[in-house]
Amino acid sequence: MISFVIKRLLQSVFVMLAVALIAFSMFRYIGDPVSNMVGQDTTQAEREALAERLGLNDPFFMQFGRFVVKAAQGDFGISYKYREPVSHLIEQRLAATLELSFVSAILALAIGIPAGVYTALRPRGLLSRAIMTLSLVGVSLPTFLIGILLILFFGVILRWLPTFGRGDVVAIGWWTTGFLTVSGIKSLILPAITLALFQMTLIMRLVRAEMLEVLRTDFVKFARARGLPDRSVHFIHALKNTLVPVITITGLQLGSLIAFAIITESVFQWPGMGLLFIQAISDVDIPIMAAYLVLIAFFFVIINMIVDILYYMVDPRLRADNAG
Amino acid sequence: MDLLNINNLRIEFPSRHGTVVAVDDVTLKVQPGEVLGVVGESGAGKSTIGNAVIGLLEPPGEMTGGHVFLKSKQIDTLGAEAKRKIRGRRIGMIFQDPLTSLDPLQTIEQQLVETIELHLKLGEKKSQERAVDLLRQVGIPDPETRIKNYPHQFSGGMRQRVVIALALCAEPEVIIADEPTTALDVSIQAQILDLMRRLCREKQVGMIIITHDMGVIADITDRVAVMYHGKLVEEGTTAKILGNPDHPYTQSLISAVPRPDIRLKRFPMVNYIEAESVRPRHIDLATHWLGKSRDFEDVSGPLLSLKNLVMTFVTRHSIIKSRRKTFNAVDDVSFDIAEGEVFGLVGESGSGKSTVARMVCSLYKPAAGEVNFAGTDLTKIASESERDHFRRQMQMIFQDPFSSLNGRMKVMDIIAEPIRFHKLARTNREVEQIVTDLLDHVGLGAKAAVRFPHEFSGGQRQRISIARALATRPRFLICDEPTSALDVSIQAQILNLLKDLQEQLGLTMLFISHDLPVIRQMCDRVGVMKQGKLVEVAATEDLFEKPQAAYTRELLDLMPRLDKLSHEGLEVEKA
Amino acid sequence: MSTTDYLEKSRLRRFFEGDVWYSFTRNPVAIVAAVVTVGMILAALLAPLVAPHDPFDLAKLDIMDASLPPVWEAEGDARFLLGTDDQGRDILSTILYGARISLVVGFASVLFAMVVGIILGLISGYVGGRTDAFIMRIADIQLSFPAILIALLIDGVARGLIPKELHANISIYVLIFAIGVSGWVQYARTVRGSTLVEKNKEYVQAARVIGIRPLTILRRHVLPNVMGPVMVIATIHLAIAIITEATLSFLGVGVPPTTPSLGTLIRIGNEYLFSGDWWITIFPGATLVILVLAVNLLGDWMRDALNPKLR
Repeated sequence: MISFVIKRLLQSVFVMLAVALIAFSMFRYIGDPVSNMVGQDTTQAEREALAERLGLNDPFFMQFGRFVVKAAQGDFGISYKYREPVSHLIEQRLAATLELSFVSAILALAIGIPAGVYTALRPRGLLSRAIMTLSLVGVSLPTFLIGILLILFFGVILRWLPTFGRGDVVAIGWWTTGFLTVSGIKSLILPAITLALFQMTLIMRLVRAEMLEVLRTDFVKFARARGLPDRSVHFIHALKNTLVPVITITGLQLGSLIAFAIITESVFQWPGMGLLFIQAISDVDIPIMAAYLVLIAFFFVIINMIVDILYYMVDPRLRADNAG
Repeated sequence: MDLLNINNLRIEFPSRHGTVVAVDDVTLKVQPGEVLGVVGESGAGKSTIGNAVIGLLEPPGEMTGGHVFLKSKQIDTLGAEAKRKIRGRRIGMIFQDPLTSLDPLQTIEQQLVETIELHLKLGEKKSQERAVDLLRQVGIPDPETRIKNYPHQFSGGMRQRVVIALALCAEPEVIIADEPTTALDVSIQAQILDLMRRLCREKQVGMIIITHDMGVIADITDRVAVMYHGKLVEEGTTAKILGNPDHPYTQSLISAVPRPDIRLKRFPMVNYIEAESVRPRHIDLATHWLGKSRDFEDVSGPLLSLKNLVMTFVTRHSIIKSRRKTFNAVDDVSFDIAEGEVFGLVGESGSGKSTVARMVCSLYKPAAGEVNFAGTDLTKIASESERDHFRRQMQMIFQDPFSSLNGRMKVMDIIAEPIRFHKLARTNREVEQIVTDLLDHVGLGAKAAVRFPHEFSGGQRQRISIARALATRPRFLICDEPTSALDVSIQAQILNLLKDLQEQLGLTMLFISHDLPVIRQMCDRVGVMKQGKLVEVAATEDLFEKPQAAYTRELLDLMPRLDKLSHEGLEVEKA
Repeated sequence: MSTTDYLEKSRLRRFFEGDVWYSFTRNPVAIVAAVVTVGMILAALLAPLVAPHDPFDLAKLDIMDASLPPVWEAEGDARFLLGTDDQGRDILSTILYGARISLVVGFASVLFAMVVGIILGLISGYVGGRTDAFIMRIADIQLSFPAILIALLIDGVARGLIPKELHANISIYVLIFAIGVSGWVQYARTVRGSTLVEKNKEYVQAARVIGIRPLTILRRHVLPNVMGPVMVIATIHLAIAIITEATLSFLGVGVPPTTPSLGTLIRIGNEYLFSGDWWITIFPGATLVILVLAVNLLGDWMRDALNPKLR
């Protein structure tokens, strides 16, 4: 177990360093950091002094090392556009994105997994066919279009739900939450559905495919041959074996929710990191782009660790072997 | 009253190309304490019978005729729920592959207790006691601790014992075992068969064993039913069917079984199942293409001489050398093969015999040692083009006829590939002529050239493989388990063909097999391998009559006893 | 008849007699999807010929025609079947031209990702060892980011590196590159997996025993046998690529508004949604969904047809 965790940790550190290298290269070599930070009327001498102060004349690895150390402390420099520390900008928006992603993840799992199991167990049923057809429409609908259609229907035509922003939020320390006000929750509904829909269909189709695969295995056939009732064959033997591969891919999918939030946030003008990032791309605000990249990688690594531990707990074949 | 009575059973599989009748008018009876063998080759429909009896026929398969009675009560007409209650409780089932028959995420205790509680309604404590008791009965040592283990913590043979314990959970009256020992090594096979026979007698269970293996039939059954293309061709006591079969199919099947106790000139009467489309012509090397320009070096000593060959595989990778784990798949192996000789290499799976073959033909690079071929050490050759010269002289026939041919290429292109690569013909026309001629010689006929591999059966594909190997006009042929994936009658045909070609072309052969009786039919000298080491090398007849090494004697003892089999029409070769 | 002649002929015959074609003719959904896909591709390719108007000829635009609803609405104009946008451009015509851009970007980026993925996958699977570990580690890292984020980043970097005045001209190539790079991993992983399986099959070993060189083995033996799953991925990836392009254009970082794709049209229309001019955004959106759905249905059918054990 310990060597397993250490190995995973080392791999995670490697991934983070690789991403940090990309982020640093972007920061250092795209455009000139100095001229992005100073005004038009700065003299050459002042520019050079700034370059010296930022350490831009040091050897590559020294600069990279400094970047990594600072990034580890949450310091990503100053936004070219807002003239504010990037960490501050992200801090303001982190809560919005995480709350949205979290609700969407719950939604996607709570509907996706049961739907996948159901369609695998009743492959020829009417409801299954309907779900499968809908899911195909689901993967074919781009996220932004889902958002637009929801806005048109619930916002413009029915006028039931707000179509932009987070509504009223309550601050708890630096964290702001929309869960505690009615308008916050109302504002969350449409974006959360929009973000969840695509992942939901993916999870559903994945669970269905894996479950069908497991239902064809010898041990399921043997379980039936022993006279075990369908209930036990399906939910004790088949479902648990289905979840082993599903955990990995679902983990990755949920991780990508945070990044997928970019689209949802820009459709609903949701004040999260994604919106910040998309504006940064248009403005070529490299420090924000670099910070966002590193942050997403960090979330990914964390989720991956959790997934691995879950995996380890579910599958006895990975635990300490004492074969005889 | 019969225990189980299958009456005029008919099973159909409708498909796009018309309905396939998998089982046609089959009637079988089993009595308590009796073992009935159902024997037949692939496609005979024997496995679908078992599935139909327990009501688990996979769609689109359908039972379209006949009845199944369990103690005079008709069970094929019961509803799904009533059938489920019979499964496991009154009819148990054992499948072929113990590695995949158990749920990998549950301990065997969970699986046993679930089944016992379901059928016997014993309550948890009693069920656990019974589970431990069952494991003891099937011969699992230390059952109180082992019961907490997961399936992956057991070896293959032990897992099959667990599977048998699961089948016995509710004391069923009938057990249907579908190829229960096919996935196991011979030594374990014998133990499992003994166990099944003992349990059958003790508990007075009626057992149906479905198998393709005459050794299993001879070993364990009381009566035998022989199936051919979905039909029951003959049924009787084991002694009668094996010793004095009436039906021509049974006769040809039995005459095709390689005998451990005698060496035949050829296998007689083997064309019942898959006739050759053309009779292979005799090849006269003086005039034939295969004899043309054999610009091989003359050798004074042995043609192939292996010296202290070692092959190492890394089992655990690590950047730190001391943490790396390796094992020697082949450990210090040396032997010679004289020109024109057939040398056999025998051993259980994992003994390293195939690795030796792959080093000889340069698929693997040995970690140490020499492969001397016609006086040249092949391991020292650096340039590919220089190696091509030896590749031409040395070809290989592989085990699996379904993966040894590229499914995207026509037979013509498959056989022409080596001819074109080694530039053995000047024009396309000449290439095509050679290919059709080769197809004639392996008994397929020229028409085979324009078809794709998937249009052929396993035996026919193996003939294509042989034609491809001959296409470089080799002098040395490596056969790596060339018939172990084939049905016994097809195996006899292929062995006959290889024998004929070897004689006519004066080929030298390295013949690899796990099957001692096959080795006895084919080889002049034999090497026995165990865990990467060569334990004994001897002339074939000496090895079978006067084995020296303890391991060889052990292997010989494990061979199925086939002395009950009819000797009708066999022509024994004198050593 | 020469050898290659009969080979080609019967390969075609083999296809029509094969199970794949049979399953196609028995599957009405697949047929409809194929007809819709081919129809839309043709209409888009022939846009200059079939479009009723040339929406980008500024001389022919009339501001008086701006924001007309579709013909069946009260204020509709017979000249503009699906209405006009705020500048008086015919929606139907802009959709045809827009679909053209979307399809070109989609196909080109799929092709790019496919070529890169197949080559890296073959190398990774066949060579193995450190090369394999290196390529697959990169693939793993990239896989942890959604394709859309990778494409956005590449686009962002390109904006930083390429001068503004140049950017508009080459943005479509940047887009193809960005979407292509974000998609190669799928191909590489699949091809690698299949290559690992095929490499150990005995027909490859037989070719090695004959002496055939690795490159020829890869091209003649391995590649044809791994193309089945690649075609399935390519079809599904085409749908994803079209969606990604539309998304990027919708976010305003895709193709420039001078050559609008379906995504750009939806973006433009989105601004008029609240004023009730729903047709400006709904019709391009519906076109996009129908196109992607048809391609997805084709991919779905193809996966089932090529993988009989999943039926």
